[in-house]
Parts: sequence; structure tokens; C-alpha cells
Amino acid sequence: MLDLAEVSPGFTDATHESQAVFRHGLDALARPGTIRECGDVPAPPQGVHAAANALLLALLDQDCRLWLSPSLNGAVAGYLRFHTGCILVGEPRHADFALIASPAELPPLGSFHPGTEEYPDRSATLVLQLQALQDAGGWRLSGPGVRGATRLQAAGLGADFLAQWRHNARSFPCGVDLFLASGSRLCGLPRTTRIES
Amino acid sequence: MFQESERREWMGLLARAPLALLEAWAARLPPQEQTWLRRPETGLVMVRARAGGTGAQFNLGEMTVTRCVLRLAGAASGVAYVPGRSARKAALAALADALLQTTARESVRRELLGPVRAHLDEEAARRHRGAQATRVEFFTLARETGA
Repeated sequence: MLDLAEVSPGFTDATHESQAVFRHGLDALARPGTIRECGDVPAPPQGVHAAANALLLALLDQDCRLWLSPSLNGAVAGYLRFHTGCILVGEPRHADFALIASPAELPPLGSFHPGTEEYPDRSATLVLQLQALQDAGGWRLSGPGVRGATRLQAAGLGADFLAQWRHNARSFPCGVDLFLASGSRLCGLPRTTRIES
Repeated sequence: MFQESERREWMGLLARAPLALLEAWAARLPPQEQTWLRRPETGLVMVRARAGGTGAQFNLGEMTVTRCVLRLAGAASGVAYVPGRSARKAALAALADALLQTTARESVRRELLGPVRAHLDEEAARRHRGAQATRVEFFTLARETGA
């Protein structure tokens, strides 16, 4: 049973705030590697970063299936179910969206639904929380939406992730897309982005 | 503490309460500190019914419902689902629901639920009287045998 006493408020002005956050998400995927500051968003539940929380509040609805990584406790589930009406699933492969608390809890990218040839957009969208995110140093990003090349430093993601990302790209048009969230900062990695270390 | 059935009953009363009664009660309340968990929003609910006989379920039709959730300073959460589009009515019903979960319960029962129940009973009685006024008595004549 949902305990309302554990649920904190969501958007104050749902129409305008969710549109602003949606815009951040849209621009993040359109310009991969750029970092967007989400600004004034609701205080998230314990364990969730503000940008990740706001993005999920804006994107999820009662038709979306959400997978939460193990450390995200019942209060997070209760909060998102109350505010968005989303469905919680126990297996990554059943999820439309996934919220992963840290790189340590990220399952293999291949365990998420990559979409189908007819409907590649039915793939999962992952929201991964990081301790730090910077658009300098680190990886070299290129591909659609990136003018030439850009740099991105995503704390906690190493060679294993890069190998999985390359594998993700090989199944184009299928594959998963990734949002990186750190505090109130948001960054997008659509499946078309090439990452080199 | 209260039973779930009690809460169901008072939420039903609050949903059927006329706005005027809710306003009159709220006007006498001391100012309440509350935060919105869900601001009043209006939407459609598909009402399901059971057909007679087989009892199969079907969609009776959509009805407009306004709902909201608020939290009082003392952590009681008030939930309201009211028919119609009035955000004010939903807000007051949620406030009443929250207060009924606190020690103010008896006072709210007395000042709000009592008058609401009386009003609804009076409405039902009035409808009944109006219907009764249209009643027609049929007298049948017994026929003599062989005619």
C-alpha cells in the first residue's frame, strides 16, 4: 500500500515545469554531450538526483513501465507511482524506462529492450545517475548532433561501459538511449553517438 | 484511529456534499497550514457497471471528476475525488478528509458531516415526495363470471 506520508510534492506548476524539463531532455539528446542545467526542479526523494527525478516526472505516465535499480527503495517507487501513475517492473527487459542509482548498479545494456526493426523507438530509455559530469576531458564524442567532436567526462563509467556502448551501436536502428544525470545537470547519449576514450 | 470503512463512508459524503455547505464549514475553520501533493486536476473516469442477469461488466460512461491530495502540517494527508469540475470543492473535501484523520475528527463530524448527511437525506425525501405526488392508483373491477 502506498503510504502518502512518504510522498513529497512533485511539480508545482505541472504544465510549465514539465514542458521546461522536456525541453532539456530533448536538447540533451539532440546535442549529445552538452550538459544542461535543469534549474528549479522539485526536491527529489532520497537517493534520486534532481535532474533524473524531474525528467522522469515529465516523461512517465500510466502507460510507461519503469525499472528501478536495487538501491532505490520503496519510497522512490511510491513517489514516482503517485505522481506519474507508472507501472513498476522487476526485470530490465520489460522496462520502457530505467532509473539506475549509480554506475555500479547498471545492468548490461543488452539486458534492456532494444526495440525491434519495425519499431526501434520501443527501446528502453535509461536514466543513469553519476557523481560528476563534465564537458571537458574524458571521452571524445562524435556523431549526429555533435559538431565535429566534443568531450565528456562521466565519473564511474569505464572501458566495460564503452565496450557495451559499441555493441549497442552495432544493432542500429535498435539499441538503447541514455540520459546521464548528476545533481541538477543532464546530458544525453542517443544510440547514434560514438564514444572513444 | 479509524477504520477503512469509516473513511470510505465520509469520503463518499464529502463527494456528495454541496459546495455551499463545505464553504460554510471552512469559513469557520482556523487557518490551516497545508502543502499540495497533487493540485486539483479535472479528468474523466470511466464508470463500470454490471449488467443485470449475467452480471457481466461493461462501461457505463465517462464522468468528470476532480481530484487532489494535500498534506496538513501534522503529516495527515487528505485525498478527495469529487464529481464535477470544481477545484475549490475538491480542495475543501481533501481538507476535511485530512482533518477527519486527526484529533479534530469529532468536531468535523459534528460541524460538517452532520449537516451534509441531513441535507442529503432532505434531498432524497424531497425527491421521494415529488415522485409520490405523481402516483396514480388503478382500481380494477372484478368481472362477473359468464359475462
